[in-house]
Amino acid sequence: MIIEKSIESFGRYWQFVWRVFSRPERLRVYAKRFVDEVTKLGIDSIPLVIVISIFIGAVITIQMQLNITSPLIPAYSVGLATRDIVLLEFSNSILCLILAGKVGSNIASEIGTMRVTEQIDALEIMGVNSACYLVLPKIAAFIFFMPVLVILSIATAMVGGWFVAAFTDIIPVSRYVYGLQALFQEWYVWYGLIKSLFFAYIISSVAAYWGYYVKGGALEVGKASTNAVVSSSILILLFDVILTKLLLQ
Amino acid sequence: MIEVKDITKSFDGRTVLHDVSATFYTGKTNLIIGQSGSGKTVLMKSLVGLLRPESGHILFDGRDLLQMSGDEVKALHREIGMLFQGSALFDSETVLGNVMFPMVMFSNMSKAEMHDRAMFCIERVNLSGAENKYPAELSGGMQKRAAIARAIALNPKYLFCDEPNSGLDPKTSILIDELLSDITHEYGITTVINTHDMNSVLGIGENIVFINKGYREWVGDKEKIFASTNRALNDFVFATDLFEEVREYILRNGRTAVGAARRDIGSPQHPESLGDIDSKAARKVSDDI
Repeated sequence: MIIEKSIESFGRYWQFVWRVFSRPERLRVYAKRFVDEVTKLGIDSIPLVIVISIFIGAVITIQMQLNITSPLIPAYSVGLATRDIVLLEFSNSILCLILAGKVGSNIASEIGTMRVTEQIDALEIMGVNSACYLVLPKIAAFIFFMPVLVILSIATAMVGGWFVAAFTDIIPVSRYVYGLQALFQEWYVWYGLIKSLFFAYIISSVAAYWGYYVKGGALEVGKASTNAVVSSSILILLFDVILTKLLLQ
Repeated sequence: MIEVKDITKSFDGRTVLHDVSATFYTGKTNLIIGQSGSGKTVLMKSLVGLLRPESGHILFDGRDLLQMSGDEVKALHREIGMLFQGSALFDSETVLGNVMFPMVMFSNMSKAEMHDRAMFCIERVNLSGAENKYPAELSGGMQKRAAIARAIALNPKYLFCDEPNSGLDPKTSILIDELLSDITHEYGITTVINTHDMNSVLGIGENIVFINKGYREWVGDKEKIFASTNRALNDFVFATDLFEEVREYILRNGRTAVGAARRDIGSPQHPESLGDIDSKAARKVSDDI
């Protein structure tokens, strides 16, 4: 039964994706919607990204310092380890798990509410491809803006670590900054950005799928929102493993 | 004209529509009536293409909806206006934005032309002054009118209304009915209204299709409905004592007598002059008819 349902959902998801990526009716209208979605999904997420990244950057720095107790390991390795954790995992995977909660639930509940209030039916009756009209600008906008969020997260996480170095005595600022620059591998930045693009697609398309196929009322919209966050989080973790294996080995 | 021929629709093995046939005429208010669960919503959703019947034909001026390609269905949808039960206005748009939406998507008008047309439609539904309000700021009746304005923005050939009076007080319901009837006659639209509001049936029912348990049980108009001997129809339409009394009165005295009664009631000298119908029923009759 579960297998049957999963196969059905999988097939329906790809049918949905097929409709989403069909030719838009009016490019001008879609362009306007794209700009609106960049604001709503991207720019409005900046404060959350900054706050979380600063604090996590600070926490990583403190934890690194606490765990590196051997006198044989140089002090700058705290900065180096902080940087690599941020570049490799936090500012893409963990950040996207957090954004799956904010953006994913937002998309699922918005589209789900449109479904239960017949707004999607109204679009269809007008001859508009509702899946394309509602979802394509969201996916495009989120993928487009995700690199900005990732780079912002990397920068602010490192600033968070710098605050720890500057306002506590656990590591000298110069050592921390040296560590941030030591043994830098540019590919790690690209690796994080590539992963984040996949995750941005997963968050926006999976959440839209759950919202689009809501049946019922407000309760089902809530359930769809939860399902969107849970399933996109699981898919992010799954693709994190796959992409890490593909890109780093 | 829309012709429905022998359509059958099932869900999970349960047949909801059994070989239903009906004709909906151009320039008339066509009503689909029936109890909750009778299949009238399924019939309407099949008519507009939101559901696909297993068999039969749905002909829009000779063009069979069920034989059309996806692009042809899209093109047909641009000739359709629809008023949903909950209005289905876009929350993020103002009334003006909602009414302009179909034009922005599908017309080649300039922005000024679209604005003028939208304002004309808004005025036509008596909603002037509310064009910059959002749906959440409107009453139920105003939302319905805004939805009607959006539905007629592209001069549709076919107008579908799903329970246009649900959630509205009787007076506002009558206003909506009158508006739909006026628009139908003014623009020569084929209007199909799904309702179980007896005021609408007796007020604007020029062509009535009664659906019962998935079968088309009766076809007629608001005049014929009083003389119908169809038991299921009578049980449905004249379910309340009030409507039963109205029916008996009309069968005894003719429908024109109600008009006279209405004039009498309107006159302060004859406040209660409907003879053997009680005054409350008489007022209701005169208001409704």
